Amino acid sequence: MLCIITKLVYTQAMQEIPINTYNSPNVILELIYRLKIKQVMTKDLVTATKDTKLREIQHIMREKQVTGLPIVVGKRLIGIVSMDDIIQALDKGYIEDKAQDHMTRNLIVLEEDMPISFAISYFDRFSFHRFPVLNKHKELVGMITSRDITSTLLLEINHEIEELEKRTRTSSLSSEMSGEIHTYSIMKNDFENAGYASTEIKKRLKSANILPHIIRRAAIASYELEMNLVVHSDGGELIAEYSPQSLQITAQDRGPGISDVDSAMEPGWSTASEWIRSLGFGAGMGLPNVKSVADTFTIESNPNGTTVVCTIHLHPKEEV
Amino acid sequence: MVVRDLAKLEGFTTQYMDEGNEEIVDAYAGDLLSDVMGNAPSDSVLITIQAHKNTVAVASLASIKALVICNNRSTPQDMLEAAKEEAICVFTTKDTQFEASCKIAKALGKV
Repeated sequence: MLCIITKLVYTQAMQEIPINTYNSPNVILELIYRLKIKQVMTKDLVTATKDTKLREIQHIMREKQVTGLPIVVGKRLIGIVSMDDIIQALDKGYIEDKAQDHMTRNLIVLEEDMPISFAISYFDRFSFHRFPVLNKHKELVGMITSRDITSTLLLEINHEIEELEKRTRTSSLSSEMSGEIHTYSIMKNDFENAGYASTEIKKRLKSANILPHIIRRAAIASYELEMNLVVHSDGGELIAEYSPQSLQITAQDRGPGISDVDSAMEPGWSTASEWIRSLGFGAGMGLPNVKSVADTFTIESNPNGTTVVCTIHLHPKEEV
Repeated sequence: MVVRDLAKLEGFTTQYMDEGNEEIVDAYAGDLLSDVMGNAPSDSVLITIQAHKNTVAVASLASIKALVICNNRSTPQDMLEAAKEEAICVFTTKDTQFEASCKIAKALGKV
């Protein structure tokens, strides 16, 4: 995947980011936008002042194994002396001169909060081997080389691949869950234990390494259904059925039924009492929330009871 | 910022905190638990006046790392026990939700 970065397919439309943003893997694009320059740069700075002799800079470069030295006044950057400047000095015989006489003053800098896509783009656009990095107050806080970027990217890509491998393993893990059915009995107005069933379901999915955002959807659906049983029903059951590909959650109660199911599906429609509302429930978002996070949703209601069945796909194709 | 940094905010009192090393990247203010459940970002701190056990359950399910209970409301013992169980840190403050939000926004570097 690294070759995608180094190949740098340059497109006119995306001058800012010199990689092909149309069909590069998302994970790489996310990486170069997510990683900030300050996470990649070298913070351990070796600097010199304007009065430092080029000869001394040459020694510092050799000792510290760097190929360019920022020249500073306090924390303010005023120039750079590169290996090339030193070679010129040796060649033309002014190696005993001070840095201020020959340093490069026309500097191109990066800011620490920029994503590394900027740095990659700068290395592509300019011939410099390093860029000084400034903070918001224009103080020098680091240096960045393409080597810094390469090593950080390698680590991050390694991490991403590990995640991907974990995801691929998930399918075999979740087959262990196949056929598992858990039934939780929910009592009317039992706020004491409310959330227990949902927490159990969340834990089960977590132990099967299901992706966090899928777990969150399952948690929302199960919690809303569980709270509906606590708040509105005369008591009932929450049933979680696991299969390798999906989780089916069924909430069934013993009445009193929803008089107007269509209205109950409208966001904001609620029959909850003032007391229930003061606890933060009964906002009329429960069933609409369940419907919005579930992949399938059905509801049936009569005075003898209400049954809601929803399923959540555990491995949506586009996300694997 | 990490959870521990919340304890340092002016006027915030720690009711329950583990090591407080969890990273917090965002915050959400709200009292309607369904709304919190559906919209609060993961790894966030919830600013609310709902000082009861169910808030902890919602926080746990929505991957919220910490609760800030505003308006000087007290936190019942069973809420703190649940918080410990679920590793959700709880802070209280006399601040209104707006005031607490301002402080947290500043600490998160969002303003």
